[in-house]
Amino acid sequence: MDLSAINPLVLIASLMVASTPILLAALGELVVEKAGVLNLGVEGMMITGAICGFAIAVETDNPALGFVAAMAGGAILSLIFGVMTQVLLSNQVASGLALTLFGLGLSALMGQGYVGIKPPATHDLNFGPLADIPVLGPVLFSHDAVVYISLALVVAVWAVLKFTRLGLILRAVGENHDAAHALGYKVVRIRILAIMFGGACAGLGGAYISLIRVPQWTEGMTAGAGWIALAIVVFASWKPVRVLIGAYLFGGITVLQLNLQAAGVAIPVEYLSMSPYLITILVLVIMSADRSRAALNAPASLGRVFHASS
Amino acid sequence: MKRRTLLAASVAALGLASAGAAFAADKTKVGFVFVGPIGDGGWTYEHNEGRLAVEEHFGDAVETIYQESVPEGADAERVLTQMALSGADLIFTTSFGYMDPTLNVAAKFPDVKFEHATGYKRADNVSTYSARFYEGRAVQGTIAGHMTKSNVVGYIASFPIPEVIRGINSAYIHAKKVNPDVEFKVIWAYTWFDPAKEADAANALIEQGADVILQHTDSTAPQAAAEKAGNVITFGQASDMGEYAPMPRVSSIIDNWAPYYIARTQAVIDGSWTSVDTWDGIGAGMVGIGEISSAVPEDVKAEALALKDAIANGSYHPFTGPLKKQDGSDWLAEGETADDGTLAGMNFYVEGITGDIPQ
Repeated sequence: MDLSAINPLVLIASLMVASTPILLAALGELVVEKAGVLNLGVEGMMITGAICGFAIAVETDNPALGFVAAMAGGAILSLIFGVMTQVLLSNQVASGLALTLFGLGLSALMGQGYVGIKPPATHDLNFGPLADIPVLGPVLFSHDAVVYISLALVVAVWAVLKFTRLGLILRAVGENHDAAHALGYKVVRIRILAIMFGGACAGLGGAYISLIRVPQWTEGMTAGAGWIALAIVVFASWKPVRVLIGAYLFGGITVLQLNLQAAGVAIPVEYLSMSPYLITILVLVIMSADRSRAALNAPASLGRVFHASS
Repeated sequence: MKRRTLLAASVAALGLASAGAAFAADKTKVGFVFVGPIGDGGWTYEHNEGRLAVEEHFGDAVETIYQESVPEGADAERVLTQMALSGADLIFTTSFGYMDPTLNVAAKFPDVKFEHATGYKRADNVSTYSARFYEGRAVQGTIAGHMTKSNVVGYIASFPIPEVIRGINSAYIHAKKVNPDVEFKVIWAYTWFDPAKEADAANALIEQGADVILQHTDSTAPQAAAEKAGNVITFGQASDMGEYAPMPRVSSIIDNWAPYYIARTQAVIDGSWTSVDTWDGIGAGMVGIGEISSAVPEDVKAEALALKDAIANGSYHPFTGPLKKQDGSDWLAEGETADDGTLAGMNFYVEGITGDIPQ
């Protein structure tokens, strides 16, 4: 065993990279669920974003355009879900699962010509002398733009939900869509916009995997990250800052267990691997055991179908 | 069942006629079950190349069907049952975890022939086949031992099964032979295919000083991670992964399933199919060594190729004594070679590898 081989600074820096895709996807899903919609299609939107972003980045040789395309791709795919569940009033759970399956298939089809191609490199932001600060430098000032965007997005989502009128309307729609409707808010339109925001975030998260973290295109490369994002939203009990903690915890444990193995530490990796899921289950149990607390957290209209006539 | 009997009868007739005349009406149907997507660039990609070779070789006489990304376990049984019901005459199941599902489904369809890759359980209608990847690992280990400057070799392992452990042992033995100071760091990823996790594992190994990465997972993600890190070399796994040559990919192990798949399909058409256990290596062409790139010095390349030739013509066995197990107990005496039974069930590290095999 040689723990000194693990550099904690490098570890933290790499856990931020490993966590960013699920952080972005989970933030998007949080907004969607706050609006009262349960979209289980996160995995499908992520993988679609991954290939849209990859393809456009390769064709234009510009990773920034790729990320924009990824957001557009995820949003367009989520629009299918939005129309199905909000306009055609189909079941959200079934539609979400269908969206995941559809996204996986569609991305495989779109990615046919992109296997084995290297994307243009996304460079880390240059903070000049800041990057040389001991400890803080490598942890805070050595990343690419998307990492900072994801962190800014956490703050933005938190502030909008908490302090703005927009956030209040969104929450009202999610808590009681009939009351919001009675007040004259366009429930369906607001929900569709929230769903598209969720899709764009998931797409961006997916493109982060295909353009920066791996970076290459392989079919099915998100490998379940979308499901983890869904679990993190519940784990965080619909609070943006807790989503950040949850995502970094999860990414941290993933990276840590790999590093511990490489350092030859004889702890059973299975336990570390399952710990984020165990914590999620634990949170769920605690939430359902205490009804009053759960009612405070979960949007009351989550997953319920809205029709103006009801 | 009637359709099946008809099909079997016509296949027999075809065998009797043996004239090579096209019996266009009744095709032989060959099914493939894959553990990853065919675009993984590695393991499943090569199996699919084998499938395409079967299609090309037999033309209209054979129809192939396949299913990608089938989880190992109960789902596999469902997929296999469906394939058998849809009229497949021969089904290849191409991952270790399909072993019991294959046996279970095979028992229900005695007329359908099954071929399970890398397993060890057989039945009257179930054959097993595998390649001696450890022969290729010996060549990799030799190059890795020469090429490492930090003397740390990182190894991304998938699941603790004999096939993977054989690979680690073989690579280690030969790296150690040319570089006594070499050390192996092994990460068990517990997946065959998860590009993000494989990339993370590669990065963790690189951060801890590894400048050679060997992988037993299926995607090209570790290659991309090594390329990004610079000055780290890798080897293509299962497929050539030539798009990463000459650096970081300096060589590769290539699985070549096409001849086997064609031969077994022919056997079904001829009616001469019997349950066999095939385990071929470099000599028979089932394991290929991808071109050793210009990043490797000429003398190292020559040594690796000489080793490859010695293995191919049978004059050298990668597991030749004296060898001890990790706990220090004797395994092979001087000049003794490992028998296939021990290799097939290998569940121990050889002396010198640190760490434990997860149980």
